[in-house]
Amino acid sequence: MEAGYTQEDLALRDEIRDFLANEFPADLRDKQLRGAPLSREDIVNWHKLLCTRGWTGIHWPVEYGGTGWTQMQRHIFQTEMAAAGAPPLLAFNIKMIGPVLYKYGSEEQKRRFLPGTLSLDIWWCQGYSEPGAGSDLAALQTRAVRDGDEYIVNGQKTWTTLAQYADWMFCLVRTDPDAARPQQGISFLLIDMNSPGIEVRPITTLDGSAPVNDVFLTDVRVPVANRIGEENQGWTCAKALLGNERTGIAQVAASKHELARLKRVASGISVPGGETLMQQDDFARRVAEVEVDLLGLEYSELRVLAAGADNPGPASSYLKIVGSGITQRLTELFVEAAGYHALPLAADAGDNIYPSWLDFAGRSAPKYFDTRKVSIFGGSNEIQRNIIAKAVLGL
Amino acid sequence: MDFSYSEEQKLLQDSIVRFLDDQYDIESRRALINSDLGFSDAHWSQFAELGLLGVAFDAEDGGFGYGSVGLMLVMEAFGRALVIEPYWSTVAFAGGALRQDTRSERRADLIGRISSGELKVASAYSEESGRYHLSHVTTGAEEASGGWRLSGRKSVVLNAGSADLLIVSARSSGGADDRDGITLFLVDRDAAGLSLQEYRTVDGFRAAEITLENVEVGADAVLGEVGGGMAILDQAEVWGILGLGAEASGVMERAYQLTVEYTKERKQFGVPISSFQVLQHRMVDMFIETEQTKSLVLMLALALQSGENQAQAASALKIQVGKAGRHIGQQAIQLHGGMGMTDEMAIGHYFKRLTAANQILGDAAHHLKHYYER
Ligand SMILES: Cc1cc2nc3c(=O)[nH]c(=O)nc-3n(C[C@H](O)[C@H](O)[C@H](O)COP(=O)(O)OP(=O)(O)OC[C@H]3O[C@@H](n4cnc5c(N)ncnc54)[C@H](O)[C@@H]3O)c2cc1C
Repeated sequence: MEAGYTQEDLALRDEIRDFLANEFPADLRDKQLRGAPLSREDIVNWHKLLCTRGWTGIHWPVEYGGTGWTQMQRHIFQTEMAAAGAPPLLAFNIKMIGPVLYKYGSEEQKRRFLPGTLSLDIWWCQGYSEPGAGSDLAALQTRAVRDGDEYIVNGQKTWTTLAQYADWMFCLVRTDPDAARPQQGISFLLIDMNSPGIEVRPITTLDGSAPVNDVFLTDVRVPVANRIGEENQGWTCAKALLGNERTGIAQVAASKHELARLKRVASGISVPGGETLMQQDDFARRVAEVEVDLLGLEYSELRVLAAGADNPGPASSYLKIVGSGITQRLTELFVEAAGYHALPLAADAGDNIYPSWLDFAGRSAPKYFDTRKVSIFGGSNEIQRNIIAKAVLGL
Repeated sequence: MDFSYSEEQKLLQDSIVRFLDDQYDIESRRALINSDLGFSDAHWSQFAELGLLGVAFDAEDGGFGYGSVGLMLVMEAFGRALVIEPYWSTVAFAGGALRQDTRSERRADLIGRISSGELKVASAYSEESGRYHLSHVTTGAEEASGGWRLSGRKSVVLNAGSADLLIVSARSSGGADDRDGITLFLVDRDAAGLSLQEYRTVDGFRAAEITLENVEVGADAVLGEVGGGMAILDQAEVWGILGLGAEASGVMERAYQLTVEYTKERKQFGVPISSFQVLQHRMVDMFIETEQTKSLVLMLALALQSGENQAQAASALKIQVGKAGRHIGQQAIQLHGGMGMTDEMAIGHYFKRLTAANQILGDAAHHLKHYYER
C-alpha cells in the first residue's frame, strides 16, 4: 500500500497548474468566483482552449483524440480544474456520448462526430427522460417508425438540459413496442436539433433560470445511418452511458472548492459579540462535519480509482449519494452564513446592494434551491440505494 | 384542558378558508407577485371586512379580541395558501410592538386604523451586521429642537415599500450592541430624508434597504421609553415568531399534503410511487414534523395568553420551524422528482417560503445558541 503520485502524475499536475494560472481567462474566472451564469460562448471558448492543449477527451483513448490518461491522472486534472474554479467539461459530450460513439459507433459515425464532440463544435444534449419515464427510464414512449432509410420520430422528451444550446441530441426511442421486455424495444438515435418537427420549450426552475427544456418531436425524420448499434439494442448503449454519467458525480473537487469558499466567507462575517461566524462553535462544528464527510468521500473515490476498474460498478452508487448530500449541505451553509441577507432576490435587487463581505449572499438561496436537483438527476438517490441494496447487499 | 376553537373562532376560520379557496390559487398569487404592488389591495380590504386585521388586538383598542389564538388561526390558514399580502409585518410584528404603546389614545388610533385596513406598518429592526440580534443598532438618534434626528441604514425591512408607517429602532445612547439606549420611533414612510431601495425576496415577498439621512421626527414619535426600546422589541419578536411559526405550520401541512397527493398520482415502474415504503416513511416523517410544529405554535400562543415563559417558548418554536421547515421542504421537492424543481408546480413555492421563514427573526442555529439565556 502506498500513497502519493508517480513522477509523471506530478509533472502533469504542475503542467495543469501552470496552464490554469496563465491561461484561464480573467473574466471567466471572475464569473465563476461570483457564481454568475455562463453563456454558451463562455463554455464553448473555454472548451476550445482546453482542446488546443488536447485536454478535453480526458476519458478517451488516444486514437480518438483523447488524453489516454490513467484514472489517477484524470482525477488530478479534475481536482486542479475545480480548485482553480474552472468550468467543468461538458459532460454530455465528454463523459456521455463520446465513449458511446467510440465503443459502439460505426467507423463512419466516429469519423463524422468524434472530432466535433471533442472540440465542442457539436454541442450534445441528452434525450432520455420523458414525462412518463423518469426513474423508470425503460418506460419511454417516444416512437420511431422505419420509413425506408429513415425513422419517423414522434414523442416528447423532458428535462433536457441546455437543449436550447444543443446542435445534436442523443435520444432513446422505442422501435419495437411489442418486445417482451420494455428494455428490448429501444434504439439509440442521434438527432440533428435543426431537423424540422423539433420544438424546444424552456422550463423555468426554482432559481428562476431555465436550464432545462421540453423537447417535442413531431414527424422528425432521422436517417437510419444515425442509429448507434443495432435496432432494438439501444439499451446497451443507454446503460453504458448512465454508468459513465454517474462516475465523477461525487463532485469531490468542486465541493472542496466550495468548502474553502465557505470558510473564507464565514471568516469575513462578524457576529455581534466580537467573533467571526467561522469562530462560532456551532457553525464551525457543522462546517467540520461536512469536511469530514468530504474527506471520507475523497478517499472512497480514490479507493474506487485505485482499484482501477474501467466501470466502477454498483458500489460506486454510494459516491453519488454522499457527494450529492455534501454539495447540498454546503449550499445550506451558505444560506445560513448569509442570514437575512439571503432574502433579497439578486435578480431584482441587483448583485451589489451589499459590501464585499456579503457579496456571496445574493446567490446563496437560488443556489440552494437549484442544488436540490443533484439528488434527483443522474438516477435519484432513492434509485441509487435500490441499486446498492440489490447489487451489493443482495437484498 | 380544552384546545378546541370556540364556535365564533371556527366561523372565522371557515370564512378565511372559503375566501382563500375562492381567491388564492398559485396562478393568481404569481400574478400578484409580478404586479407593481406585489400583492392585492382588494384582498387587504377583504381581510379588513372579515375581521382578520383586528383579530389579535384587544377589543378596547378597536380589535377583535382573539389575541394570540386569533393570530395563530389566521396565519396558519394563510400559510396553507401562501398568502402574499404583508399581513405578518403589520399585524404580527408591528402589531406586537404597537399593542405595548402606553399612550392609550395613540395606541387605539393606530390599532383601529390597522384593523380597518387603512394603515400598514413595517418594522425596521435589522441592520447589515446585526445577524438576528435586534439589540445591534447603529442607526443614530440625536435630540434636536424638541424632537429627534435619525441617521443610519436598515437592512431587509420586510414589506417596507407598501407600509404607511415604519417602526425604526435607533440608538439614543450606548454602544452598538448594548440592550440599553435603543429607542423606537414611529416614522412616516414618506418622511423627508428617508429613502428605500425596494426589491423582491426569494420567496416572492417584498423588502427594502432603508437609508435615513437626518430624518426629523417630533418627540411624540417615540414608542415606549427613550432608551427602553429593547423591551418592546423583545415582545414584538415573540409575536412575530408566533405569526411566522403559525404560518410555517400551515405551509408545512400543505407541503406534505401536496406531496402525498402527487405521489399517489405519479406512476413509475407500473405503480404509484406512493406504494414504495421508503417514500411512505418519508411522508410520515413530514407529517410528524408538522404536528410537532403545530404543538409548539399552540404552546407559544398559550404562553402569550398567560404571559409566562414567552421568550423561551418563542425560541423553541423558531428552532422547530427552522429544522422541520428545512426537512419538509427538501423532502417535498425530492419526492416530486424533476417536477419539484419547476417554478410551475406549487410545491416549489412552499419550499421557498419554508426556507425564508428560517431566515427571519433568527434561524434555528441562532435560537439554539441562545436558548438557555432566554
Ligand atoms: C435539473 C435537471 C436536469 C436534468 N437533465 C436531464 C437531461 O439532460 N436529460 C435527461 O434525459 N434527463 C434529465 N433529467 C431528468 C432526470 O434524470 C429525472 O428527473 C430523474 O430520472 C427522476 O425522474 P423523475 O423526475 O420523473 O422523478 P420520478 O421518477 O417520478 O421520481 C419521483 C420520486 O420518486 C422516487 N422513486 C421513483 N422510483 C422509486 C423506487 N423504485 N423506489 C423508491 N423511490 C422511487 C424518486 O427517487 C423521487 O424521489 C434532469 C432532471 C433535472 C431535475
